[in-house]
Amino acid sequence: MTISEVQDKIIDDFSLFDDWMDKYNLLIDMGKDVPPIDPKFKVKDYLIEGCQSKVWLRPEFDGTVITFTADSDAIITRGIVSLLIKVLSGRTPEEIISAELYFIDRIGLRQNLSPTRSNGLLSMVRQMKLYAMAYNARQKQI
Amino acid sequence: MKNINEIRSDFPILERKVYGKPLVYFDNGATTQKPHCVIDSMNEILTFYNGNIHRGVHYLSDMASEAYENARQKVASFINAEKKEEILFTSGTTGSINLLAFSFGERYITAGDEIIISHLEHHANIVPWQMLCERKEASLKVIPIRDNGEIILEEYYRLLSPRTKLVSVAQVSNALGTVLPIGEIVEAAHSIGVPVMVDGAQGIQHGIVDVKSMDIDFYAFSGHKIYGPTGIGILYGSERWLNELPPYQGGGDMVDKVTFEKTTYNQLPFKFEAGTMNYAGAVGLGTALDYVTSTGREDIAAREKELLGYATAKLSAIEGLRIYGTSENKISTISFLIDGIHQYDTGMVLDKMGIAVRTGTHCAQPVMDYYGISGTVRASVCFYNTTEEIDILVEGIERVKSMF
Repeated sequence: MTISEVQDKIIDDFSLFDDWMDKYNLLIDMGKDVPPIDPKFKVKDYLIEGCQSKVWLRPEFDGTVITFTADSDAIITRGIVSLLIKVLSGRTPEEIISAELYFIDRIGLRQNLSPTRSNGLLSMVRQMKLYAMAYNARQKQI
Repeated sequence: MKNINEIRSDFPILERKVYGKPLVYFDNGATTQKPHCVIDSMNEILTFYNGNIHRGVHYLSDMASEAYENARQKVASFINAEKKEEILFTSGTTGSINLLAFSFGERYITAGDEIIISHLEHHANIVPWQMLCERKEASLKVIPIRDNGEIILEEYYRLLSPRTKLVSVAQVSNALGTVLPIGEIVEAAHSIGVPVMVDGAQGIQHGIVDVKSMDIDFYAFSGHKIYGPTGIGILYGSERWLNELPPYQGGGDMVDKVTFEKTTYNQLPFKFEAGTMNYAGAVGLGTALDYVTSTGREDIAAREKELLGYATAKLSAIEGLRIYGTSENKISTISFLIDGIHQYDTGMVLDKMGIAVRTGTHCAQPVMDYYGISGTVRASVCFYNTTEEIDILVEGIERVKSMF
């Protein structure tokens, strides 16, 4: 599936629910699917700043695509991370850099999070894109 | 006292719904809601008599200046200050403490001096003193706390020394709700000639504050936490101290005579009020204090005590819920965690049920570090809350428990 197709699928999944509790239950369930980060990488280097809860995110690059593993100490946050991973993990650096993440608005995550919390979400996206840019630059050097 | 329906009808926001559910507002420790009269008074000044204070010869300026100075008098009466010149308008408690840290520091602090705070302080009563200590090579001493969230007075007595130049403590802990023993703190400090600054951000709105009978030297609070507007706050300082302190910021209105060679400063309180002050905010604060006075400060305190007792009993009965801060002497605040559930998850779900609480460290990271936690959920009640709302919170917490 393309990045857009995955996003559309997420939007579809969330469109089944009007009630926020149901959406949260879905997020909680999705959080269970997060590819777990190796506990030894739950260190400051992989900690994303700017969230009310702790989020660790680690990229691995095999020369073609970046795979992300992650965890959070808050379960709803882990659900949000899982969505980003569904969309962006296993993609090439170029795909990640140019990805437009419209699903965040469409499932109501952005407007229902206060700016600082939303920044937490946005800092996750920013961090994923920064990793992609770093790998991209390194690839071009070689 | 007015009945609860009358009280609630004073606050228009309490009628609104969020996410289609009636608003249950338990974030009063962060900011309180505003009664009609406060909203109207600010509307009135902006609509009918807006003019820059203390400057103009014209009618509007006179009206606004008079309203501003009336508000100062209201604040002075509210905290029983000797003179209205002892009341400085600032931007809020944070602004007040920064003013004091600068001015007091410039005048009195030198290398090797010590300032005492407590482990319960909000960052606003930590960081300005740290900055001062760095500037002056002074050091910050911290009164430790025990598990129930009370300060250990004996340790405080041990910290007091000839090097101590100021004690600055909260009246009430914002993170835990503990009421600090200001009487004992002041008595010991004064016995060695050390002044005391009290951060009243969480104290002013919950009962009687009398700076004279409390014998405190400086007192700070914010308008928005006592049903007034944001962006306005107070630093009370007894005249003998304020006269000794140099100004904080330079600018218009705080001066007597300005030449390029030398500037002389205006009298109290204007020496500390540089630039155009938030006079509309001051007027709103004055109205808020009138509202609190007419509602009855003792009645408000009694009602809040009842609500806290009810909430504490109900929340304590929830299995797996731990309350942080269990002193007998507490005001309005319940900080808690549900076993195995992150405070952020709890807060997010409660929010969608229309319940506003605060989650996180409450700008009091050292308190969280003491308990070895990353934060709590904080429900802070005030007199317009009801026992029914507490029941809704309890249901909400049960719902949270079932989801995670």
